[in-house]
Amino acid sequence: MSSPILRLVAQRVLLGLVLLLAVSVLIFAGTQILPGDVAQAILGQSATPEALANLREQLGLNDPAWLRYVHWLWGILHGDFGTAQSSGLDIATSISTRLKNTLFLAACAAIVAVPLAIILGLIAVRYRNGFVDKLISGLALASTSFPEFFIGYVLIFVFAVHWQIFPSISTVDDSTPFLERLQAVVLPATALTLVVLAHMMRMTRAAILNVMQSAYIETAELKGLKPFDIIRKHAFPNAIAPVVNVVMLNLAYLIVGVVVVEVIFVYPGMGQYLVDHVAKRDVPVVQAVGLIFAAVYITLNIVADIAAIVANPRLRHPK
Amino acid sequence: MSNELDYLSRRVAAGKLSRRDFLGRAAALGVTATFANSLLSRAVRAAGPVKGGTLKAGLQGGESTNSLDPATFLSQVPFAFGKCWGETLVELAPGGGVEYLIAEEIGSSKDAKTWTMKIRKGVQFHNGKEVTPDDVVATLKRHSDEKSKSGALGVLKSIDTIKADGGNVVVTLKDPNADMPYLMADYHLIIQPNGGMDKPDAGIGTGPYKITVNQPGVKHGGERFANYWQADKYGHADQVEIVVVNDPTARMAALQGGQVNMINRVEPKIVDLVKRLPGVTIRAASGRGFYPFNMFCDTAPFDNNDLRMALKLAMDREEMLTKILRGYGEVGNDMPVNKAYPLFAGDFEQRKFDPEKAAAAYKKSGHSGSILLRTSDVAFPGAVDAAQLYQQSCAKAGIKIEIKREPGDGYWTEVWNKQPFSLSYWGGRPTQDQMYSTAYLSTADWNDTRWKRPDFDKMVLTARGELDEAKRKKIYRDMGEIMRDEGGLIVPFFNQFVDATGKGVEGWVDNPAQELSNGHALIECWLQA
Repeated sequence: MSSPILRLVAQRVLLGLVLLLAVSVLIFAGTQILPGDVAQAILGQSATPEALANLREQLGLNDPAWLRYVHWLWGILHGDFGTAQSSGLDIATSISTRLKNTLFLAACAAIVAVPLAIILGLIAVRYRNGFVDKLISGLALASTSFPEFFIGYVLIFVFAVHWQIFPSISTVDDSTPFLERLQAVVLPATALTLVVLAHMMRMTRAAILNVMQSAYIETAELKGLKPFDIIRKHAFPNAIAPVVNVVMLNLAYLIVGVVVVEVIFVYPGMGQYLVDHVAKRDVPVVQAVGLIFAAVYITLNIVADIAAIVANPRLRHPK
Repeated sequence: MSNELDYLSRRVAAGKLSRRDFLGRAAALGVTATFANSLLSRAVRAAGPVKGGTLKAGLQGGESTNSLDPATFLSQVPFAFGKCWGETLVELAPGGGVEYLIAEEIGSSKDAKTWTMKIRKGVQFHNGKEVTPDDVVATLKRHSDEKSKSGALGVLKSIDTIKADGGNVVVTLKDPNADMPYLMADYHLIIQPNGGMDKPDAGIGTGPYKITVNQPGVKHGGERFANYWQADKYGHADQVEIVVVNDPTARMAALQGGQVNMINRVEPKIVDLVKRLPGVTIRAASGRGFYPFNMFCDTAPFDNNDLRMALKLAMDREEMLTKILRGYGEVGNDMPVNKAYPLFAGDFEQRKFDPEKAAAAYKKSGHSGSILLRTSDVAFPGAVDAAQLYQQSCAKAGIKIEIKREPGDGYWTEVWNKQPFSLSYWGGRPTQDQMYSTAYLSTADWNDTRWKRPDFDKMVLTARGELDEAKRKKIYRDMGEIMRDEGGLIVPFFNQFVDATGKGVEGWVDNPAQELSNGHALIECWLQA
């Protein structure tokens, strides 16, 4: 390993940090232009002017926006996300449980979805344009085309209401034993798998097919290698970069984009937590969650970039 | 015949006959299923509650932002959970009037300004302490503090002094108020040790269940409090649990799959389908909540009573009720109160859809051009459809309505009580006085129809201080009449609370005050094996 790779990687990481800072400004600006204010949102329709004024004062909403932003950023740099304005709970503590749940669900879905998508992609390439290829693509596209709430409802109807083998409510907490937790996430993880499967499968197929046009594949074929060996040994390693890219995108989606599935299965993850606090204009929480989501996206993208760099022989072995 | 049915229903209650067989016998005897079912539930109730088990509710209206501080209660889940772990001085009884809890009795001076509440002895908090008049005083003081953020602040504004006096708490009011006991039934006013001054969200009350689980927006749970003071009446299940299920379809699925025993907010459009499911019982209770079309009486063109009348006459209330609520409600009569209120006179003439009279009134008003109506999904379920239906019925009277669909986000801050013609909802109040005082006094913050009439204000105040019920009823009748004919309120219907219970849930009592039997469902129902 030599310096160009390290330099590239360092560049990516640095770029990521700058991006994160920019995102934090965007998030803050976004929360400022929402109509209404926190005090009004907390008290809702039953807000009296006295209660409103008191709450505003107490929450420090009378400070200018930039000052609140600087205070907040300073806190984050010291590992302090602050307290939720609406409930007065420590944000870092509330988030950690939720984040764990979200990561658990995402991991369960990913463990099934990623290998499945890649294997199906490989099979589709092996039997390209044949019946098997069309069947795999058709089914995967169909499952992606259905909105996730529809898939969720169908799963609930079949497995929770009709057969009653899995619970429709996936509420878990810290005291839930591992096996029960696993049972609770079966349905939401299945729904998520069906949603992300096609994208990864199609990209794998396309990336490998692209490589399959190359001259060295033809050579391998003429050498008399078995079709699966060609794909596995010669085509796939060279298609890794785009595949990793799309896998990372989908992993990020599994973490940040699953609020609908969370609501349907009543799973206590980050999505619902964010939505509740957006509705209450709870700026510190919205920003903290937004920042974590941004960090997830940026990190996964850096990983994809680095994987692409490392997988590229020209970068690995510079002249 | 009825003897035989009575006998059979008791057999069911005793577990010697299946419900299905009973209904079969009842049908054979020519009795409708509804009547047979009501007979059955009466028998089951008479046989007495069954202790034990875990009663679970899947409810809409819980957020991860909820706190256990009763002053902050706003949505359904904290409300219902509060009834499990806490108690107020009095409660709204299902048939009107009050049920005495921590207050044993409440009496007033002749001028209805000084009220003495006798505090029940031997009621214990979950921390083992006994409730004292001082705890009650502290609670009321905390909620009536101008600095407090309590949802009960508005209700308690009229209080002048609060004092403990031996075993009593004496409250004096700034103005006479014959409805003072009803004020104490506000669900925020859960009595806490030292009024919750030390730790408002400690979650220690005198209710039948002690808090064991509190995960806001996810799950709440409690176990039976051994020293609860009226264990024969409330707290039959060993444990209660509330799971927050905000998605209506998921809620229904959880009930069907047996993961919860009861749910709230069944959507009217699916009620007819749900009714046919085995084991599921729909619990619909008429309430005091209504969905108004609000006009500002002081803003053109609505400052013209002929135009207001035209818009009222152009409302097809029957159609609205069938199409928006699927019949789960009662038609309104353009006043904010209905027969679910105490002292309501039942002899008002019902306003009907009359396009011809509406057209005449519209012509008389001299208005021309279209009228802008603002609506949003959050105003009430089906509010956008309701606006469109109204647009069509107005068109029949030659009145042109233009609909503006506003975003749900910010509707309560930017549109309701700000724009001259919009849709909204009111949950109703326990008494006519509270309803009128909250929204139809010149000085009310929430005067969302800009109804400013000194003569009307005077009537509200006179009625409030009047202890003679007949005289009060007469004043309320006159007020209703004025409201109906001149007010800025179009009320298509009063809604019902539509909840549902699963297999084996017994002991349900319909209560017009709030959904889920005024939040009591978890503490008053039991599981029949």
